[in-house]
Parts: sequence; structure tokens; C-alpha cells
Amino acid sequence: MKKMMLSQGETRRHTRAMWVMAVFAVLIAVMFLISMNLGQIRLTPAEVFRTVAGHGTAKQELILFEFRLPEIIISILVGAGLALSGCLLQGVTGNALAEPGILGINSGAGLAVLVFVYFYPEELLGSVYLMPVLALAGAAAAAVLIYSLAYKKGQGMSAMRLVLGGIGTAAGINALTLVLSLRLDPQSHQLIYTWLAGSIRGTDWTYVAAFLPWLIILIPYALYQARVLNILTLGDSSAMGLGTSINRARFRIMALAVALAGACVAVGGAISFVGLICPHLARRLVGPKHQLLIPASMLCGALLMLVADAVTRGIAGSASLPVGVVVAVIGAPYFLYLLAKSRS
Amino acid sequence: MSISAKDSALSELQKNSRPWIAGMVLLGGLAALTVLTFVSIATGSVHIPLETVWQAVTHFNPESQLHQVIRELRIPRAMTGILVGASLAVAGALMQGMTRNPLADSGLLGLNAGAGFAIALIFAFVPTLHSAGLLFCSFAGAAAAGGMVYGIGAMAKGGLTPFHLTMAGAAVSALFVALSTGIAVYFNIGLELSFWYAGGLGGVKWTQLDMMYPWSIAALIAALLLSRQITLLNLGDEVASGLGLRTGWVRAAALLIVMVLAGASVAVAGMIAFVGLVVPHVARGLVGVDYRWIIPCSAVLGSLLVITADVAGQWINPAYETPLGAVIALIGVPFFFYYIRRSGRGL
Repeated sequence: MKKMMLSQGETRRHTRAMWVMAVFAVLIAVMFLISMNLGQIRLTPAEVFRTVAGHGTAKQELILFEFRLPEIIISILVGAGLALSGCLLQGVTGNALAEPGILGINSGAGLAVLVFVYFYPEELLGSVYLMPVLALAGAAAAAVLIYSLAYKKGQGMSAMRLVLGGIGTAAGINALTLVLSLRLDPQSHQLIYTWLAGSIRGTDWTYVAAFLPWLIILIPYALYQARVLNILTLGDSSAMGLGTSINRARFRIMALAVALAGACVAVGGAISFVGLICPHLARRLVGPKHQLLIPASMLCGALLMLVADAVTRGIAGSASLPVGVVVAVIGAPYFLYLLAKSRS
Repeated sequence: MSISAKDSALSELQKNSRPWIAGMVLLGGLAALTVLTFVSIATGSVHIPLETVWQAVTHFNPESQLHQVIRELRIPRAMTGILVGASLAVAGALMQGMTRNPLADSGLLGLNAGAGFAIALIFAFVPTLHSAGLLFCSFAGAAAAGGMVYGIGAMAKGGLTPFHLTMAGAAVSALFVALSTGIAVYFNIGLELSFWYAGGLGGVKWTQLDMMYPWSIAALIAALLLSRQITLLNLGDEVASGLGLRTGWVRAAALLIVMVLAGASVAVAGMIAFVGLVVPHVARGLVGVDYRWIIPCSAVLGSLLVITADVAGQWINPAYETPLGAVIALIGVPFFFYYIRRSGRGL
């Protein structure tokens, strides 16, 4: 049955998608190597190669393995996670604007951290490990609020209510964030401001260790849900006809997207652009089938974050430049160019 | 598009429009607005009795200090609140109508972000610039963002579809927000910028109002004149062009109006989100799908929201004026939640 449905056009699209993903993967590999050479202390490619092979000096090993590598790996993982989260949310809501930033999930994470800083201003700097936990709790709280707004007994969950409730949640949380942040002293304000803009400087292996399990569990599950997502994107009536229990499926995928977004924000701060454009770009390249869309989105997100991280590390004196800023500055013009070139 | 489909779209429009309720909303809203304007003038660091306010309007006495305060500070503040509320709400209504996306508003289209970026540049490089220059620059920033969004939409093959406009707006918005953040972090001016973005009508004087009101009022009137075309556009491009509407021109005109409305309000009151999103929704819920009613009702309800929030912001904590944008969100959000929960299958 499945084989019969694969028409010639679909096979061609499949081949094309494989090529797209292969190109993304190669670009990521190239960017990875370039990124290893960038930083305050310059290492030549030969030095990098020697160090990786195990013949570097102690200092070179320290720079590469303790500073650069965790940052590079985290940026790849965060990029993939955010893009996947956006891809899932867009699939569930059927709205191209749905992403964790716009729906207030990132803001929830930010507010949780801010409240903590507001009441215990001295403790934040010593509590690198507390921040992710707070962020995840905030993201989850925002998501619960959004979901309870969207869910109605008898009617189930409405995608439109979900998106509107998300935007309302984001606006409310941002208002609280603003009121609180105006009362901080300038130093804490700068710290929070930078973190909210998205920053992965100072990441070490513990972050990778804490973050990786999430992705190892959640990504296969997302891929497993690809077929359901395909049905959901067809619209409620067709999904009902096909006999999928829409509400439960939506809930599952929503929870998945929130968990991903919360984990990503916890490690990387509120980076808002990846979840919006990467799924969009991927859809354009590989089509709407989620079996292809999900991996393509993740590769695209990983590449975007990797490039942004390399840029912040490569530009001298930009050590404090939030990676989220670079993501938008690189991503937005390209996205706009694509929009301008596209046909409706 | 067949004739019968066109007819059914139009009769659907007729059926889903409620002019009666619209009339009541307008009348009741205007009455409430009048009362609130007086309350707003009476409210402030010094409370002024309502009789004095009335006297200052009818029999102005230049000798009286209270009358001076009312004339020079309170009245421009209330008037600006009314104009800003109406402008933001109408801008949102136009955006939602023309993009057929209920999430669209001037914030999402990148206009607010463009204005904010211009302000960030000024804070970083010319911090001594006087307020008129600040106003002009924020206006230019909004126009630049609007021009970018429109340009991108127009360059796409197949023209300015709602989808292209919305996506381009979201991307331009993200770009300008990121650039502002970058500047703020790099020059360490995050706190000052946050204060400005938080918005408020606290320092508004006649000079700002004089600069703003011709633009805003002209744009509001233009929006009313365009409301019939927006209604048709909201039925979908096929129906609209089937009825002889030149959709490209209507979109261009609507975007220009939105640019003026948003630019002028951001210039005097900072970044006030949410009015443009929520108010048109509520208006549509009350009066149906006809933008000839939605636009005036949005204007009245938007003014009401902003002026109430301004008064509330001064009441919450008299010593420290709570930022207007925050108060609006704190009033608007619970109401919006209630509205989402209550409304039926429309959402």
C-alpha cells in the first residue's frame, strides 16, 4: 500500500531531500572545523589537527577541549533542538508563526530566572546550575498556562486558541519581566539582558552532559510522531476522518515541543529566531512531509547556530555579543531574500 | 470564482455583521471615554477635583496654578493617550484585516521594532539629542521597517500575499530587535533603553502632541475611508479581486496608514504591545466581520484601554509610575484570556 502510493514525483522529492540534508551535513562539518580555529587565542589548523590527534600542548588541549568544543557542541544541539521545537509547534498549530519565542515559552523561562535574581541578587553568579532548572520550570509553567487556555472540555484543544493564548501569555510575561527588570541594579540588569538575548559563552561539558539526554530521548520520539504530524497538518476534519485522536496527539506533540524549548532556553538563553525560520526554510527545501522535514529543520538549525557561534567567537572584541543577536542578523536577511525570491 | 460563491461570501458577510451592537459599543464607548478623560485629567501627583477640571476647560483662569497644570500637563497627556490607543488599535485592525492573520499587529510587522532600533542608535551615538529629533528618528525607523516589509512582499512573485507580509514582518521585527539588543549590550545602555521601551505618557507636552496629532488623525480618517476595501480583502484575494478590488493598491495604502499610526504612537509613548492585537479581536467578537464597524469600534476601545491603563498606572504606586506598556498588558492579558476561554468555535 505504502509503496504504491509513492508516485514518481514523491520519489524525486525524496531524493532531493536526501541531497539537501547531505549538503547541510557537509556544511556543518566544514563549519565545525572552521569554528575550532576561531577564538581569542589563534590556533592554526595544523595545531588544531595535532591537538585533536593527541599531540598538542596542555594549553592547546585546554583551549580546544575545555572551552571551544563544549561551546560548539552546545550550539549545534541548541540549534537543532530549537528548530525541532518550532517545527513541531508549527505542525501542531498549522500557523507558520508558531515558535517557542512567539508563544511565550522562552519568556516564561526568562521570567523565572529574573524573579530569582530579583529576590536573591547575590546568588545568581554562584548558581550556574540553578539557572537551567529555573528556566525549565518557567517554560513549563508558561506552557501549562497556554495549554489550559487552549483546552476546553467537550471541544478539545483548538490550534487558534493555542496560538492566541501563547501570544497573550508572552505579552503578560514580558510586561512582568519589564516591571521587574527596571527595578534591578544596572549590573544585574546587564547580566539578565545579555542572557535573555541568548548566550552560550562559558559553556562547559556539564551543560552538554545535562542537555544531551533530553535530545537523545526527544528527537527519536519526534520522528516517531512524524506520521501523526502529517495528518494534523491536513486540518482537523481530515484528521478526524483518518481516526487519529487529535487532542491526545496534539497534547503529546505540544509537550514534546515545550520540553525541547525549555531545555534549549535553559542552556542557551532565549534565542528566538531559529525556531521560526529553520522549519520554514526546510519546508521550502524538502516539502511538507514531516519524516523529511524534521531532520532537515534540525540540520538547518544546527548550522545556523554553529555559524552564529563562530561569528561571535571570530570577531575580536565581541566576546559579550549575544549569540541570539548574531543568529538574527545572519538569519533574517537570508530569510527575507528567500521570501522576496519565492512565489506564492 | 463563480458568481454564486461571491454572492454567498457577501451574504455571509451581511449575516455576520451586527451594526446594532456596533452602534451601542460606539455610543457607550464614547460616553465612557468622556468620563475617563475627566478622571485622567483629575489624576496625577496632585489630585484635582472634577469641578476644577470642568472650570479649567470652560472658564480658563491663567492666574490659577491648577488650571495651568491642567492645561499644560494633564490635557495633553489625556489627549495623547486617546490618540495612541486609537492609533494602535486601528493599526492592528488594518493589519489583521489585510493579512487575514488574527495575530498580526504593528508589533509583529516590525514597525515598533524599527522605531525601537532608531531609538537605540540615538541612545548609543547621540544621547544628547532633543525630544523632537527623537520623535523624528523613531518615525523614520518605523517607516524603514515598513518599507522593508512592503518591499520584500512586493518583490515576491505573485505579489503581496498575506502570508508573505506576515512572514516578512516577523523576520524584520526579529532583525531589528536583535540589532537593538546588540547595541544595548555592546554600549551597556540596556537599562536606559528598557525604560524608554517601557513606554509612558508621563512627560508628554503640547509640543509632542502638536507634532503627532495631524498625522494620527489624518491616518485614522484614511483608515475609516479604506474600511470597506479592507472588509473585502478579508474575504480573500479571489473574492476581493472578483469584486473588482485592486488588492495590491489597497494593501499598499493600508500599510502606509499603519506605518503612520504606529510610527507616531511609538514616537510619543514608547513600545506599547498588545493594544493592536487584543482590541481588534474584541471588536470583531462584538460587531462581526465588517471592518466599517470594526475600525471605529477598535479606535474607541483602544482609547479606552490606554487611558484606563494610564490612570491605573498612576494609582498602583503613586511614588513610582508603573510603565504604561506593562499596565496595559496586565489589564489586557487576563481579559484576553477570559475572552479566549469564553468565545466559541470562532477561535
